[in-house]
Amino acid sequence: MPGRRRSGRLLGAAAALAAAGAAAFWLATAPRRPDPALTAGLQGDAARGALVFRVGGCAACHAAPGAEPAERPVLSGGRRFVTPFGTFTAPNVSPHPEAGIGAWSLQDFAAAMLRGVGRDGRHLYPAFPYVSYARMTPQDVADLWAWMRALPPSDSRPPGHDLPFPFNIRRGLGLWKLLALDPSWVVDVPADDALAMRGRYLVEGPGHCAECHTPRNALGVLDRARWLQGAPNPDGPGVVPDITPGPKGIGGWSEEDIAWYLESGFTPDYDSVGGSMAEVVRNLSGLPKEDLRAIAAYLKAVPPSP
Amino acid sequence: MRMITRLAVAAVAAGGMAAAALAANDSAPADLNDPVSVRQHMMKNVGGSMKLLAGMVKGEAPYDARVAEAAFRAMNNAALGLGAFFPPGSDAGETEASPKIWQDMAGFKAAIGAFARDTAAAAAARPADLDAFKPVFGKVAGNCKSCHEAWRVKKE
Repeated sequence: MPGRRRSGRLLGAAAALAAAGAAAFWLATAPRRPDPALTAGLQGDAARGALVFRVGGCAACHAAPGAEPAERPVLSGGRRFVTPFGTFTAPNVSPHPEAGIGAWSLQDFAAAMLRGVGRDGRHLYPAFPYVSYARMTPQDVADLWAWMRALPPSDSRPPGHDLPFPFNIRRGLGLWKLLALDPSWVVDVPADDALAMRGRYLVEGPGHCAECHTPRNALGVLDRARWLQGAPNPDGPGVVPDITPGPKGIGGWSEEDIAWYLESGFTPDYDSVGGSMAEVVRNLSGLPKEDLRAIAAYLKAVPPSP
Repeated sequence: MRMITRLAVAAVAAGGMAAAALAANDSAPADLNDPVSVRQHMMKNVGGSMKLLAGMVKGEAPYDARVAEAAFRAMNNAALGLGAFFPPGSDAGETEASPKIWQDMAGFKAAIGAFARDTAAAAAARPADLDAFKPVFGKVAGNCKSCHEAWRVKKE
């Protein structure tokens, strides 16, 4: 029966290939925490962390829905985000030991911020903008951690995400991260331009401006070729504007205009900031003016939209 | 009597300055038959007043209490009139007014009411110097952000 033996061999080969493929998938999609040495021994400064917290806009998503802006917000979570991939619910990231992240270590927090990996070792969904936060310095992560541990704890337990197959398979996010998680800088800035370099760090890193201002492809990966050129509003109808120096962007604004907008919420013709950007401006208005000028210098260096 | 006349002249002068700044801001006259056009025109005027006030905050112009009062009064006038120009059906076409306005007209009118109250209080406060003026300005400016946060949809 040579025929049967051959098909048996083929079947065996196919099975071996499938097993190798599965193993490759399993390896390629494995959640990877950052090297613990990255944050080992770092001392966080809560006062500096409060500024990082403003830049990151953490409270915009993690405070309870409808909560009034507060100096020390309660990060009880619960805000829902309806997206094409399903409905996400912001988790409790207050320092409550059971309901929040009070039992986490700095290393656990850095794994979430810099690699999108939870304390349980599983992938986090990128509704949490770790694709941008991955560019943050370990010191900023440590400072932010120090501040967040000083915020009021909440015992609230928001419901989990509500996602259809296949998006409910967290392991699949490993594949997505291969495409989307690239912590290299997007815009070239002259290394001797300290102001624009600082601005790039704030915009591409903790400020995560591109998460709303840059269009995504069908897989939800940010399009680096259309960086900050505007995108559909993720929160509902309307658009998030082009903030490049292009013709539909803000090329007509001076650096001073941009810094004043980020401080006051007023455009050069005294229209007002609105939508979800209003909270961003409320946060940024408390930053050192030099940081707002840095963001402005960077935005001037972004390639213009066509 | 002389005092009152001088005050009236000063007020008219300040009003004139504000009006000039506002007029410079208007590109096209409002179409009075179109509520969308009217309310956009009113909002542009509010922007013109803000520009005047912000120029003093930024140090581009010296602080002048009469200019501040006139600009706050102009904004207050807009706040008092604005609510009439969101009739049912004016949510379509070239408008950035959020559909939420017509789903929750009471909430929207409350927001305009807060703007009217804050601008009236700011005009009455007559802050003596720039340091006293800044928080008054900030309170009024907060209305722009909170109202546009909740009730406007950016379309371009």
